[in-house]
Amino acid sequence: MPASFANAADLIRLLPEIILTVMGTFLMVLDPILHQRSSRAFGHLSILALAGGIGGSVYAYAHAGPAFGGMLMVDGFATFFRVLVMVVGILTVLPSYRFLRRQDAETSEYHALLLFSIAGQCLMAAANELIIVFIGLEISSIASYVLAGYLREDKRANESSLKYFLLGSFATAFFLYGVALIYGATGSVNLIAVRAAVSGQNAPEPVFLGVAAAMMFVGLGFKVSAAPFQIWAPDVYQGAPTPIAAFLSAGPKAAAFAVFLRIFMTAFEPIGGGWEPLVWISALLSMTIGNFAALLQTNVKRMLAYSSIAHAGYVLVALTARSETGTAAAMFYLAAYALMNIGAFAVVSHLSGRGERYQNIDDFAGLAQKQPLTAAMLSIFLLSLIGVPLTGGFFGKFYIFKAALESRLVWLAVLGLLNSAVAAYYYLRILVMMYMHEPGEAVDALEPLSPGLRAALILPALGTLFLGIFPSWVLDFAGKSATLVK
Amino acid sequence: MNLPALVLLIPLVGFLAALAIPRRLPQNSRLWALAVSLATFAQSLILVARFDRGQGGEQLALDLPWIASPDIHFAISVNGVSLWLVLLSTFLTPLCVLISWRSIQSRCKEFYAFLLLLEFGLIGVFLAQDLFLFYVFWEVSLVPMYFLIGIWGHERRIYAAVKFFLYTMAGSVLMLAAIIYLYNRTQTFSYPAILDMLASGRLAFAPGEQMLLFLAFFLAFAIKVPLFPLHTWLPDAHVEAPSAGSIMLASVMLKMGTYGILHFCLPLYPSAARTCAPWIAVLAIIGIVYGALVAMVQPNMKKLVAYSSVSHLGFVVLGIFSFTQMGLDGAVYQMLSHGVSTGALFLLVGLLYERRHSLEIADYGGVATAAPWLSTAFLITTLASIGLPMLNNFVGEFLVLQGSAIANYTWTIYASIGVILSACYMLWLYQRVFYGEAGEQVRAHVPDLRLREWAATVPLIVMMVWMGVYSQSFLPPIGKTTARVLDQTQINVPFRVEARPHDLRSGGAGAFACHSGVGLPACPAPKALSVRAFLPAGQEAYPTPEVSRAR
Repeated sequence: MPASFANAADLIRLLPEIILTVMGTFLMVLDPILHQRSSRAFGHLSILALAGGIGGSVYAYAHAGPAFGGMLMVDGFATFFRVLVMVVGILTVLPSYRFLRRQDAETSEYHALLLFSIAGQCLMAAANELIIVFIGLEISSIASYVLAGYLREDKRANESSLKYFLLGSFATAFFLYGVALIYGATGSVNLIAVRAAVSGQNAPEPVFLGVAAAMMFVGLGFKVSAAPFQIWAPDVYQGAPTPIAAFLSAGPKAAAFAVFLRIFMTAFEPIGGGWEPLVWISALLSMTIGNFAALLQTNVKRMLAYSSIAHAGYVLVALTARSETGTAAAMFYLAAYALMNIGAFAVVSHLSGRGERYQNIDDFAGLAQKQPLTAAMLSIFLLSLIGVPLTGGFFGKFYIFKAALESRLVWLAVLGLLNSAVAAYYYLRILVMMYMHEPGEAVDALEPLSPGLRAALILPALGTLFLGIFPSWVLDFAGKSATLVK
Repeated sequence: MNLPALVLLIPLVGFLAALAIPRRLPQNSRLWALAVSLATFAQSLILVARFDRGQGGEQLALDLPWIASPDIHFAISVNGVSLWLVLLSTFLTPLCVLISWRSIQSRCKEFYAFLLLLEFGLIGVFLAQDLFLFYVFWEVSLVPMYFLIGIWGHERRIYAAVKFFLYTMAGSVLMLAAIIYLYNRTQTFSYPAILDMLASGRLAFAPGEQMLLFLAFFLAFAIKVPLFPLHTWLPDAHVEAPSAGSIMLASVMLKMGTYGILHFCLPLYPSAARTCAPWIAVLAIIGIVYGALVAMVQPNMKKLVAYSSVSHLGFVVLGIFSFTQMGLDGAVYQMLSHGVSTGALFLLVGLLYERRHSLEIADYGGVATAAPWLSTAFLITTLASIGLPMLNNFVGEFLVLQGSAIANYTWTIYASIGVILSACYMLWLYQRVFYGEAGEQVRAHVPDLRLREWAATVPLIVMMVWMGVYSQSFLPPIGKTTARVLDQTQINVPFRVEARPHDLRSGGAGAFACHSGVGLPACPAPKALSVRAFLPAGQEAYPTPEVSRAR
């Protein structure tokens, strides 16, 4: 194996991670030079790196295949998620210009950490070995722990960061424990080898495998904020700087689901009957807890946090289906979800003002009269989160429940759909506030949209509508890539 | 270009263009909405002219692939029922624009844009022939109505709007589940294709399975109709909505439910529909009587008209579940009549509100002296709503009662109570509002109809008389289509068990029959084995007297 290590093809397949890491390091070096004169350049450079990374991953896809002796697997699935997390990255950087200036916190490390975190997520998307999954998870998580507490003067941000760090490392430990057990049971950490060992004649003790799978489920369940491991999400999202909360709810979640799908749909697929009830319960709990708790929230960031728990539940429904349609549905849904959720957070970031004062649902009062464009874009995101047709959110949900019904999960599908009707209520509250009330203090104090924010609203809105009206483009690719290498 | 598609396209383009009109030019928004809605109306008249009245099937179909996988098509066509419902929508939209001219002063641009989007959604619901597309339109029409109620409504508008949205949403998600389920069974969303499979016996549902699917669809439609006891959203929504919203809601949106029952529930799930028919008929009769009784004691005019809608729609549901030609014809006719006469009632009540700024009956009295023409228009509408012969509602109610009498005479007796009660509450309303001494407020603030209001009222009154006097202009295509629906409900009726259970091995059907856990295999059978084969030639399985087919 060492002979084939790091040849040109391997490096091409690692191109996105290389680009992001180099640019991240470069940004830190540039800090003393650029900091005084033009701190906006950090943002420009990050966007450049992310765009380069997207190009790199497309180029890597042209040379698809395993890399570094099977540790990485660059296939359609990996490329889908790499592109997705980098798009999320760009949409996080866009509203950050205004946000950071308003908080007097423009530094290079914000952008560098973001790039490192995304690099970790790209690695997770392409990982084909449990150790690589773990490394990617850690790169992504450690950077995001710091980002959550980026506004270090802010008590809420400190609480958020500490909570995220403590619970996150605990969950990662669980995951690592699961990896160790798998290595002990099968003698390998390569997913394909594990699959072979699990389904072969001399399959290890089922109890052993079950415990290992459960441990990994705990670790990954935490990362995707699935119930019953969801408690951290509202506090962390509320305290974290708003663009970072948006990022946390979309990027790491998508990457963690990528890992989730890859591990459970390849290595553990032969023992699917064993883990299906576990995921079934978790999916239902996530949807129900997320939606019902969101009904009671007055803080928009907390509400969106609970809604993101519910949406994790929908994706878990797709995972429960244990089929290629289910995998494709989860991929499509995560893309749609990333766009609509990050768009909604961008509006919150726009509205919240200096020191993030205005974060309550009441603060949205009369937004439609002051800034009709902002209100219209947020309406698109909210209608998509509700699941109204002609938006990406609807088609994603439709496809997930179609996969569930195909796999005869009738009850889960019916309960999930009823859940989405419950969810309509809390999203409607924001619509009501924006359109049916007179402007309040927060809206009066609102600044006009900056070009970055305008892009951060219009691009995801267009994307959401595009996914809702012409889903075939993304869906076809997801359908093709859902056949994971086994 | 395909005609139905054009009718659909004009309001959509109008909506998108309306978004581009600058906010500071509200008059332009009004004129634009009027122009677009009139153009749509003209286009739908051409559609009526081109429609072949001689046949009951789907006509002027358009089928474009939309999404490749799952296979979703933009498939639309028009039949003898949807034709008139489309015409009703396009006929009422310009009138709504006219009566909102003065009453809507804030955010005109959005108001008219939403009105056009609503028209688009409603027309789409009636035209869609792809189940997915149908669901899309069904939900899309919800959004503009939500905003119309929530932004331009009265005091409790937000409560009403949210209640309206959640009720409909809760009902329709189960329909979505059923639609997906149907797709998984048939691998198609195309409604005609699914009907073909049913007719040829390639698709058959186990009894329990059919019942659940029927209920999933029916619940969504019953909430929309609304059938007692699911009607509680309706009075709130109607009372709080602006006039234009009330008109579109009562006249067209409620018909989405009854049209859905007629167009989807009966042909897809005939035996479940027949099994449930007595229960549903009883609920419909309760709705008829209950709606009328509650209407009688309302102090608020809009609420009174809203409850009268519950009563009138009860007739429609009763007619549909009588499973007779006359009952179905009457149900469809009643849908259209109710659209015209209740639309007119809401319009006139809206005009009163615009003048006196009150919906309370107690605030009125003596309007007849202050505004004689307005009162005359209201009187004609009242009489139409009561079901006076020679006016529109009479035809529909008569046919429904006749049809239900064929099915079950007791139903007719109880339902007739509703007709009597409707005279009580409407005439009493008329007496309290229009007769008596005109108060200070009424004399000072209630002028007679203006030119613009004349333009909105006269077409409705003309239609009431036309539909009452010469129903033959409308009934033949309706009869053709309902006859086809009745024909489709003969498939799979329960007493066809002697058909040989075959085809169970083919495709998902058999696999599912085992899965559903129902002991009896499904009984698909070629159409030749239908019940008619055992009857003398020319005789219908269900009695359909000659009168109903009289052309």
